[in-house]
Amino acid sequence: MRNEELILSINNVFKSYHRGSQIVRVLENISLELERGAFLALMGPSGSGKSTLLNLIAGLDYVDQGTIEIDGVDITTLSETDLARWRSVNVGFIFQFYNLIPVLTAFENVELPLLLTSLSKRERQKHVSAALSVVNMEDRVDHYPNQLSGGQQQRVAIARAIVTDPTILVADEPTGDLDRISAENVLDLMDRLNRDLGKTIIMVTHDPSAGKRAHSMEHLDKGVLNHDL
Amino acid sequence: MIFKILFRNAFRHKLRTFLTVCGMAVAILSFGLLRTVIDAWYIGVEASSETRLVTRNSISLIFRLPLAYRDTIRRVDGVEIVSYGNWFGGYYIDRKDFFANFAVEPKSYLELYPEYVIPDDQKVKFTSDRKGCLVGKKLADRFGWSVGDTVTLTGTIFPGKWDFILRGIYEGRTKNIDETLFFFHWNYLNESIKKIQSTSVDHVGFYIIGIENPYIAAETSEAIDKFFKNSLAETLTETEKAFQLGFVAMSEAIIKAIQLISLVIIFIILIVVANTMGMSVRERIGEYAVLKTLGFRARQITMLIMGESMVITIIGGITGIILTFPAAMGFSLAVGQFFPVFNITGETLYLDMAVTVTVGLLAGIFPAYRAVTVRIAEGLRRIG
Ligand SMILES: Nc1ncnc2c1ncn2[C@@H]1O[C@H](COP(=O)(O)OP(=O)(O)OP(=O)(O)O)[C@@H](O)[C@H]1O
Ligand SMILES: [Mg+2]
Repeated sequence: MRNEELILSINNVFKSYHRGSQIVRVLENISLELERGAFLALMGPSGSGKSTLLNLIAGLDYVDQGTIEIDGVDITTLSETDLARWRSVNVGFIFQFYNLIPVLTAFENVELPLLLTSLSKRERQKHVSAALSVVNMEDRVDHYPNQLSGGQQQRVAIARAIVTDPTILVADEPTGDLDRISAENVLDLMDRLNRDLGKTIIMVTHDPSAGKRAHSMEHLDKGVLNHDL
Repeated sequence: MIFKILFRNAFRHKLRTFLTVCGMAVAILSFGLLRTVIDAWYIGVEASSETRLVTRNSISLIFRLPLAYRDTIRRVDGVEIVSYGNWFGGYYIDRKDFFANFAVEPKSYLELYPEYVIPDDQKVKFTSDRKGCLVGKKLADRFGWSVGDTVTLTGTIFPGKWDFILRGIYEGRTKNIDETLFFFHWNYLNESIKKIQSTSVDHVGFYIIGIENPYIAAETSEAIDKFFKNSLAETLTETEKAFQLGFVAMSEAIIKAIQLISLVIIFIILIVVANTMGMSVRERIGEYAVLKTLGFRARQITMLIMGESMVITIIGGITGIILTFPAAMGFSLAVGQFFPVFNITGETLYLDMAVTVTVGLLAGIFPAYRAVTVRIAEGLRRIG
């Protein structure tokens, strides 16, 4: 029986990397379920496999074993091309280092994911403006990333992540490179996205105070999940 | 947007791009010039007609043939016109100012070479004046001669001072016609040397033969040579093209070397552009990973990188092509007497463009392949 409200279901996932002849076991038998509209903080020490798990959820990498079902689709069975298409529709990414394209303006950066859709130029512009106003950056549309502060860049990056209205938002240490105030800003924004727009968010973070802003928390330690609330 | 990104990417490192573009321009310029030199070398072959045969002494060009052969050759099937001439080997004032000069039978010769365009009145005056000469326009320009001038050549094979009156100036019907030649009456030469060099009298250096059509060239040549087999001076007859090729063949090694150099230049610039693209893509591998994260596919990433590579090579290539024209002009002015015709052909331009595109594609392939195949997680880790 599938719970209609379940948006993410990870079942017995294993992942290891080869480093030379050595095999590094990064994730060991991970299982996790998440409901639509959740805001999960994924915490744990450095090297515990947080990014690895997030990448698997976001369809950036393949599991060795196990299944990851998102909104009813088992993404571990998708081909690379299908996975790329799936990502462009279903996942919004927020990175620690914002990862805006330096040669594009804020507006163009936000428009980028929409190029893979069939939207007309006018529709794209509408979506981009809407997303930029959500993050309060509508007055900086023509700025290039290097003309923006870190916090501003991250807000543009968040606009880029939500512009396609994805099923889930994944964020890997979104405040890791920001000062206190900018970090609070970004966290407020994510909170708003979750509360007002009902976005499901999975956020990896080191920072306990950032973790507290989420509604649930999972601890990874040496590739194993410790459930607690 | 893809185009916006690739254009802006191309000019992100202004100095690097500028240097690469300059390199590309110089490479295409050199490539085009070297090709033009080779073309100039082969121009005699190019411009030769398939309905003209050249008969010469089978031993060597320096031995002559009796004038009496003319009537025999005329009787061979397929032969329409027979003309003849001698290499004169004279010079004007300065021995180093080389140009080719021939003593020919004027009427038949001009009939055989309709590509030399001469005003009718000049043609009549030249053919009827025993001491008249006909020169190409470029040659006349070079020495500042005009019709009516007396031109004195110093003979090397036939010693002494030789006075001619310039009766006509010809122009080539097409661009690839040599306009630096000098012709005068064979009879004038023959009569003059009667007094000094009796052995050469009534002998010609070569016969030029007009035939009905190109298809009978082989059999006609054979028929002519058969006539003179076992005679005192055996002949060797071949098409004008083969004859000209024989000259070029002597310098084949040099031409091969030039061709090789032009390939090496292309290869070097390929490495330079590939290196530039390699560096740029390596620096931006994280950006490509981000694009892939967002769902961009291999095709689009490839287009971004190949496109950037093409932008660089095409700007360089076009600059190079444009610069080829003044460079060729300068080159031609400097060494024009060795290359009577020095034109950049359409073929060279097409090759320039083909090379430009090929270098752009090849230089982009490996960086594009790397950006496409790098695992996203791997690419993202390299940021920060
Ligand atoms: N591509 C890879 N090849 C080999 N080992 C890898 C690779 N990616 C990750 N690892 C290893 O897997 C383990 C987990 O890495 P991961 O990046 O998921 O940790 P993390 O919890 O995100 O750490 P941090 O908080 O420092 O970002 C680490 O030991 C890392 O060295
Ligand atoms: Mg990490």
